[in-house]
Amino acid sequence: MEQLLIYFFTYKEAIFIIALSIFLGIEVISNVPSVLHTPLMSGANAISGVIIIGGIILVGHADASKISLELILGIFAVIFGTLNVVGGFVVTDRMLEMFKKKKK
Amino acid sequence: MEQVLGNLNGIDFTLGETILELSYLISALLFVFGLKLLSHPETARRGNFFAAAGMLLAMITTLLLHKNPAGNGISLNNVWIILAALAVGSVLGWTIARRVKMTAMPQLVSFFNASGGAASALVALLEFPNASMGDQGSILVTILGLIIGSVAFSGSMIAYGKLDGKIGDIFSGIMKYVNLFLLLCIVAIAAFIMTSGQSPAQLNWAIYLLLAVSLIYGVMFVMPIGGADMPVVISLLNSFTGIAATMAGFIYNNQAMILGGILVGAAGTILTLLMCKAMNRSLLNVIIGAFGGDGGSAVQQEGGVMKEISLSDASILLSYSKSVVIVPGYGLAVAQAQHVCHELEELLSEKGVSVRYAIHPVAGRMPGHMNVLLAEADVPYNQLVEMENINPDMPNTDVVIVIGANDVVNPAAITDPGSPIAGMPIINAHLAKNIIVMKRGRGKGYAGIENELFFDDKTRLLFGNAKDSLQNLANEIKSL
Repeated sequence: MEQLLIYFFTYKEAIFIIALSIFLGIEVISNVPSVLHTPLMSGANAISGVIIIGGIILVGHADASKISLELILGIFAVIFGTLNVVGGFVVTDRMLEMFKKKKK
Repeated sequence: MEQVLGNLNGIDFTLGETILELSYLISALLFVFGLKLLSHPETARRGNFFAAAGMLLAMITTLLLHKNPAGNGISLNNVWIILAALAVGSVLGWTIARRVKMTAMPQLVSFFNASGGAASALVALLEFPNASMGDQGSILVTILGLIIGSVAFSGSMIAYGKLDGKIGDIFSGIMKYVNLFLLLCIVAIAAFIMTSGQSPAQLNWAIYLLLAVSLIYGVMFVMPIGGADMPVVISLLNSFTGIAATMAGFIYNNQAMILGGILVGAAGTILTLLMCKAMNRSLLNVIIGAFGGDGGSAVQQEGGVMKEISLSDASILLSYSKSVVIVPGYGLAVAQAQHVCHELEELLSEKGVSVRYAIHPVAGRMPGHMNVLLAEADVPYNQLVEMENINPDMPNTDVVIVIGANDVVNPAAITDPGSPIAGMPIINAHLAKNIIVMKRGRGKGYAGIENELFFDDKTRLLFGNAKDSLQNLANEIKSL
């Protein structure tokens, strides 16, 4: 318990960010028309690929002088993260492109 | 970049570190703006672009400026490795996203979500040994990241398989208890890791066990969920990936990751609840009480007769109607009949018939599935009318064409309080003057419930693959 309180204090800024971001997330997407549910979900999915930053940090500071399981798994984390980010944004754009051309 | 700018709590910080944090702030703002713009049709594409730009910025600055706690930057050797991995991921992601058919969109979104979950789980797994002993806070966020990331990964893969038709629904009453047991195992292992007092390095076996159980749980969790509930699950798994990314953000105390992840987590959760509301069911009910299994109280209708209609009768009926409403469902997507459907709709419009589409919020297999499908066939989106707006017009509608939809037009939701879908808002197709139902066979819908609409006196059925039926109907109308 004490440890968790210490953790809270150490990371209080981040925890504040979380608390406020939850409301922000709800607020930002409320009243979204159902026509956009799929692109919104897909775009959000791409943003959740922000884990790629973690992958870059992980591999960035890994010992690259020899091939280890850690290094290989780390590289896979980067590849998966990129797949999520690039694939997610591209596919969202493709969907929205279809909506767009109908607008004229 | 190495220039020391100042001193905070006894630690010097450099220009590089400051620029990095500043870039994270900009990225986070771009995520928020992007998501905001994504929720309006006119600005959606720009929003997606903003969010992507934010991501790119955070990636570049991290690569160039990130320093570990010891103050070392990313060495050139590692930069090359990362760039190579980024290149592989980008080429793969780009190719898949561009090549895959629009109709396979739900699978694709699941697949990308799975890869995000896998990345989160891997990062948590590899960072666990670095958590310092006794720092319960860091250990907690690391294992939470691992659990949520793994469940998101294996769950999304199963969802992908189901949507792609590779995996069927497996449902049995025991699964509820198996899942509960697995969940308890996860909690127990997590509690053990938190309280054992051993160093993270000694606990490596436990963390791999936790990974394995979480992966199995993800599989078991999605397995029994029926096709009709897929939109809810996909949206839920999407929010899991976001939360997993947030947990990883805590590991690195990285604001961009924390904010980006939690935004997705919150947005995904809201979308999930919206879907649940559209089916008048609670989230818990969707997760544990898959449809069909125990709809015991449902009154099993004494069938009645399904009355077929010939193509020529159907074409005459449609051609001389004033207003026609098309209710598309998953069957339209399966048959890939969206283009023919649009062709038929244009033919009728030329004859002066007003044709609109009625979109149920959970029609199809992902949120907004029908909108994407019909948009691909160039149907103008002002012709797509949401359920609440079309229902009042139903009694004045001459013909409703139900294409591959079932539960979303089942009047049992209103009339039979014992039905598993009781209370679910439906498109009131049964109030129209005539109903034509296109169905592959005489089977029931995903929910496994008899649909009395099909036996209604006003209803005529056109059996066969939706694409063929629509094509034949269109040819028939042309030749009139």
